[in-house]
Amino acid sequence: MDILLQQIINGVVLGAIYALVALGYTMVYGILELINFAHGEILMIGAMVALSVMQMLAGSGLPGPLIVFAGLAVAIVVCMAVAFTVERVAYRPLRHAPRLAPLITAIGVSILLQNLAAIIWGKQYLPMPGVLAGTPFEIGGATMTTLQVFIVVLSGALMAGLLLLVQTTRLARVSIAFVIGAAMAAVAGVMVTAYYGQAHYYMGFLLGLKAFTAAVLGGIGNLAGAMLGGLLLGVIESLGAGYIGDLTFGFLGSHYQDVFAFFVLIMVLIFRPSGLLGEHVGERA
Amino acid sequence: MNVALKLSLSIATASLLLACGKSEPPAAPKVEEKPVAPAPAALEIVKIGLAAPLTGPQAHIGNDIKNGTQLGVDDLNAKGVEIGGKKVTLELIAEDDQADPKTATVVAQKLVDARVAGVVGHFNSGASIPASKIYADAGIPQISPSSTNPDYTLKGYPTTFRVVANDLQQGKVLGEYAVKKLGAKAVAVIDDKTPYGQGLADEVEKAIKASGGKVAAREHTTDKSVDFAAILTTIKGRKPDVVVFSGIDPQAGPMAKQMKALGIKAKFLGGDGWQTPNFIKLAGADAEGAMASVPGLPKDQMPGGKEFLDRFKAKYGAEVELYAPFGYDIVHVLVEAMKRAGSADPAKYLPEVGKTDYKGVIGPIAFDDKGDIKDGPMTIFVVKDGKWEPLETVGGATK
Repeated sequence: MDILLQQIINGVVLGAIYALVALGYTMVYGILELINFAHGEILMIGAMVALSVMQMLAGSGLPGPLIVFAGLAVAIVVCMAVAFTVERVAYRPLRHAPRLAPLITAIGVSILLQNLAAIIWGKQYLPMPGVLAGTPFEIGGATMTTLQVFIVVLSGALMAGLLLLVQTTRLARVSIAFVIGAAMAAVAGVMVTAYYGQAHYYMGFLLGLKAFTAAVLGGIGNLAGAMLGGLLLGVIESLGAGYIGDLTFGFLGSHYQDVFAFFVLIMVLIFRPSGLLGEHVGERA
Repeated sequence: MNVALKLSLSIATASLLLACGKSEPPAAPKVEEKPVAPAPAALEIVKIGLAAPLTGPQAHIGNDIKNGTQLGVDDLNAKGVEIGGKKVTLELIAEDDQADPKTATVVAQKLVDARVAGVVGHFNSGASIPASKIYADAGIPQISPSSTNPDYTLKGYPTTFRVVANDLQQGKVLGEYAVKKLGAKAVAVIDDKTPYGQGLADEVEKAIKASGGKVAAREHTTDKSVDFAAILTTIKGRKPDVVVFSGIDPQAGPMAKQMKALGIKAKFLGGDGWQTPNFIKLAGADAEGAMASVPGLPKDQMPGGKEFLDRFKAKYGAEVELYAPFGYDIVHVLVEAMKRAGSADPAKYLPEVGKTDYKGVIGPIAFDDKGDIKDGPMTIFVVKDGKWEPLETVGGATK
């Protein structure tokens, strides 16, 4: 039982990160009907920038959490600026172009950002400086670290804040959707870096694709759907990877972890293309 | 367009992107031709090929080998090499195989086409094995500094050599160490599904059983993953005393972190793929206590180790990651064979490679009839105070 609980906890932490990233896809889609494939790269840039800042401050004697916060703050600003620029330069001129044009542009931007990052930071896995000590503790036979709790709580707070913001104001401006999405991606990027202890110029790609899957699962364009989709996907992946070996008697193993996201994507597209909570499109500027 | 169609379109594009992502960076790897130190009016150039992952997650290990090999080439050029009465200049041609079996064969063909006299490489067993056929067809000697999968020398090619002990030996040492020295009753084994990782893990598993231990779990991941929470949770439920990971440091680093985060108290043990300074960087404080075996002697206990490490650091401003001294020695082994044969023509000097009896930085180098190194020792290291410390050396006169 504690193993099941542990797998679910792992899944929720992963899902919280997916959900944050999925929000970025969904907000832009809700307004522009554009799938911003460069969103994963915004996350990667957030992670890389934060890492550089943290590395600079690591020897300064400042307390660890403050260093992480500083990295996060710079990352958010940089990501918002990058997203804003990308929207202005790459997407806005194509506002009235056929739908495929911005989609292909998005893929182009994604490749461009990846290669820029590879030039700036190199192609190696960059280690996270040891500024955070995650203390493990037990709950109900499962183990969590303070970092994991922090990830889930911060994601929850950000998502709640966003929902509140959307309900009280009308955020139907394209650039605002991009910029808020980018800020969320920056936070997610720092979370991923802290959680796995490393960052890499290619890290945004698969993560972005999975977050996109989460957005589709919940119903693209639907904010609550993105959160639900993210959490569900995290848990499905975690349980899938954890039990596939036992269920197939060792025929398939946990290295098939990444397959689940895309299996879910295909199932959703076949049986419920509008997603669990239904799509939300049309609040256009 | 309805939603389903729109989405399918996007997904088709996404999978296209995925497919592109696989082959990224573009399939044609760069040739990095290093200018050779000012040659004293040398008439003939002898090209030595090098193939290793120079970009991607394992770039630090590949470049480590490249730098070590380059140092060997520079040293020999500085001393002056005479083959068959003619002064020659050595030139290193480094190719990036991206740790990818398909790219490895492309790169091997490029080296053959560039008419290299011999090849240092590849790093990964998964790359060395498919490439070995291409070198064998061209009759060019290939000496791997690091590929430990037993199959590499079992193809029967006369051109295939290595200067490390293979995984039959490493796996045996690791498995026995877990059960007999660490007193483990149950051991969990994880591999990265590469020929190196899986091959070594299979041997570890055999050795654990042969020593009277139990394999509590056998899990797989990939050489691209960073999330092992699911695997480790499954493993935690089986309560092993030791967790063995057979793979490379970009996975071992986060794995060590996630083990601690999940409260797994078992000891973390592995092979040569992650006995690197980079592992300690990636795992941070959670690297403490991790143990790994490496073919060969501890670097600073190698006969020429101390001096090599100092010179390497002075030249490249970095610590030796893993196999740099092996690359250094391989160049010397090749050149010594050429000197004895009086020719840099692979067809002429190949028989001499097999007769090598060379005292290198890493220790004595001689090959058995398969091309495996004779009497390769194995050392177990532990991370103590953020540094790899040798625990004990096994073998060296066995095999």
